[in-house]
Amino acid sequence: MMGTVIPMDGVRSQSGRSRPGKVGLWVFLAVVTMLFTLLLFAYLMRMQFADWRALPLPWQLWLSTVLLAASSTALFIAHRCVQRGRWREVRAFVLAGGACAAAFVAGQLWAWQQLAEQHYLVAGNPANSFFYLLTGLHGLHVLGGLIGLALTMARLRRGSEQAGGYVQLCARYWHFLFAVWLVLFTVMGTVTPALARSICGGLLS
Amino acid sequence: MAYSHGDGHHPPQSFWTRYVWSQDHKVISIQYTITAIVIGLVGLVLSNLMRLQLGFPGLVPFIDPAHYYQFVTMHGMIMVIYLLTALFLGGFGNYLIPLMVGARDMVFPFLNMLSYWVYLLAVLVLVASFFTPGGPTGAGWTLYPPQAILPGTPGDGAGIILMLVSLLIFIVAATMGGLNYVTTVLQARTEGMTLMRLPLTVWGIFMATILALLAFPALFVSGVMMLLDKTLGTSFFMPALMSLGQALGYKGGSPLLFQHLFWFFGHPEVYIVALPAFGIVSDLISTHARKNIFGYRLMVWAIVAIGVLSVVVWAHHMFVSGMNPYFGFFFATTTLIIAIPTAIKVYNWVLTLWRGNIHLTVPMLFAIGFISMFAIGGLTGLFLGNVSVDIPLSNTYFVVAHFHMVMGVAPILVVFGGIYHWFPKVTGRMLNDTLGQLHFWITFIGTYLIYFPMHYLGFLGMPRRYYAYENYQFIPPSAQVLNEFITVVALIVGVAQFLFVFNLAWSVFKGRAASSNPWGGTTLEWQTPDTPPVHGNWGETLPVVYRWAYEYSVPGEARDFVPQNLAPEGEGEGE
Repeated sequence: MMGTVIPMDGVRSQSGRSRPGKVGLWVFLAVVTMLFTLLLFAYLMRMQFADWRALPLPWQLWLSTVLLAASSTALFIAHRCVQRGRWREVRAFVLAGGACAAAFVAGQLWAWQQLAEQHYLVAGNPANSFFYLLTGLHGLHVLGGLIGLALTMARLRRGSEQAGGYVQLCARYWHFLFAVWLVLFTVMGTVTPALARSICGGLLS
Repeated sequence: MAYSHGDGHHPPQSFWTRYVWSQDHKVISIQYTITAIVIGLVGLVLSNLMRLQLGFPGLVPFIDPAHYYQFVTMHGMIMVIYLLTALFLGGFGNYLIPLMVGARDMVFPFLNMLSYWVYLLAVLVLVASFFTPGGPTGAGWTLYPPQAILPGTPGDGAGIILMLVSLLIFIVAATMGGLNYVTTVLQARTEGMTLMRLPLTVWGIFMATILALLAFPALFVSGVMMLLDKTLGTSFFMPALMSLGQALGYKGGSPLLFQHLFWFFGHPEVYIVALPAFGIVSDLISTHARKNIFGYRLMVWAIVAIGVLSVVVWAHHMFVSGMNPYFGFFFATTTLIIAIPTAIKVYNWVLTLWRGNIHLTVPMLFAIGFISMFAIGGLTGLFLGNVSVDIPLSNTYFVVAHFHMVMGVAPILVVFGGIYHWFPKVTGRMLNDTLGQLHFWITFIGTYLIYFPMHYLGFLGMPRRYYAYENYQFIPPSAQVLNEFITVVALIVGVAQFLFVFNLAWSVFKGRAASSNPWGGTTLEWQTPDTPPVHGNWGETLPVVYRWAYEYSVPGEARDFVPQNLAPEGEGEGE
């Protein structure tokens, strides 16, 4: 921390990627945490109004939860393999993690389609609007992560020395996305207007 | 000045990679600055058009009520977001952070380049809204729903949509830049540059960037939700209502929810603009008074304290929206507490000046002008922080005068001071001093002449946001005389800004050649081997820092300043 790190002049940590990447990612995770925290507060405040009608969460969300958990685990293992230098397995697990994440996005879209067929449309009720907004923004963050993962995969194929560090960053981002999804899913599944009123009642009244 | 390191970085070869698709923080800074100044001039012209209507109603035939509200909205939005935020973080931050911490560039140069181009896109989308049918939005810069997206508000079609899209794009750009600034300060400081040796400029920009990163998501969330209300008919913010005799599809939404989200961004935004100004002004005052900054540690902690407090005061913008009295008490208290670290800073600036060897250079004039403007504009903030005083004054010109002095003109004075101060490093030439003095005095005196009478008009009860003031019994006819006076001064000040623009353009080519350190500064940016600094900034080796940034007039030293990278006697091999 204290001034001796000179990243662009070649001082790099053992994992191959210099520390700025890690710090930059942590700062970015703080920004995304802020984004979803504010959305959840808006959710809790809005659901206290009389017109809120909770929508039935489609079963596909459980499937996509499992897929994202698998994706996060695969990248965890990939990072472990980086530390042991098993590059063939790293590539396999990065690929598996990416596939599971893509399947997660597909699962979310399937859930959207299911809801739309049951006429739970985005403007029908604020509960619907928030559901689409929260899952949509989270899905966009997964898609952005997939771009990063694809770039990492390209570096792995080229045998770039820094690729190991990128795998670590991707894994951390994936665990974060999984944690965010668990929070979103839990809040959407369990919090009732009465509970919301006891958490943050009064601010809008 | 070739240097080598393992990253594959090399000086750009062609015109396009050097000046257009540049990843060099100095070029990106200049791109940011020029774009911000150009769009800022648009904001300036809009303000003068508004003043023409207020001073001489009907004189300019095309300013009808719709246009007036569009000018108000775009003036506010442009000045706060696209000029001040972009210029302090993207302009000053980009240029000064790597140079002041002794780095070769930002840690993510590609992201940095992307940040500028995305910012430019945001500006272009904003400008495009002027040319859509119905024109730009006239919802007021706070874009409060429901009126912001309803028929009857100017620019309720493409105008408001482009405004929201432009804001969302801007936030993406600011986040990309912000990640760079924070990580660079944390990770790329050269050897010996501890956090408590950072110049206060870097501290101010650093803390402002953290605030921006944490506050802009609130604007992003509210922008996305309003966009969905407008385009898909959701009811996040929109209550059930009748418009032009017809019931709209909205139901049950909460406009107050928008206000909370907006001001959760909106108040930190004040400090996103003010903290870099605090930092820069500290360095200007210390350098041009040839005296170390008084209470450096306290200055740093004041910056941090203001940053932390600024996220728990937002609802003081909503006293008139109505709230639980306990909340009102809480937000009034936190608002008044902010006066403590802010006053510490003002005292320390004044104590730095006290018995200093004051050089009344143009940057110093602007710095001192800032202290005066900020202290007086800030004092009226203490009035408005109290709920019982705020409620009668909130909708009057008193508030317009308050925030223009404290967060409009005061930071702009620092922008000017900073540009006069660092222009020699950026271009290798000095700005013209006579034009600079003229620019300062017209702007400084003019500002007081504009905003002092506005406080009085506010006390008279003259409401803000009105298009015309004829035939209101409670406004005495003498108010109109003051309005004419304010307008005349505003026009003069407006025209005077073109002196500055001319000075910039003329001095780049014809200005007096500057030495590498014309003001005798201690900080690293003045110690670069080349002026202007070339790609990579430092030649073969990075500078090593041995001391803090404020060794001015040290007894026993040959010169009246000691650069941060000058080794103490008998240690290292010197500069």
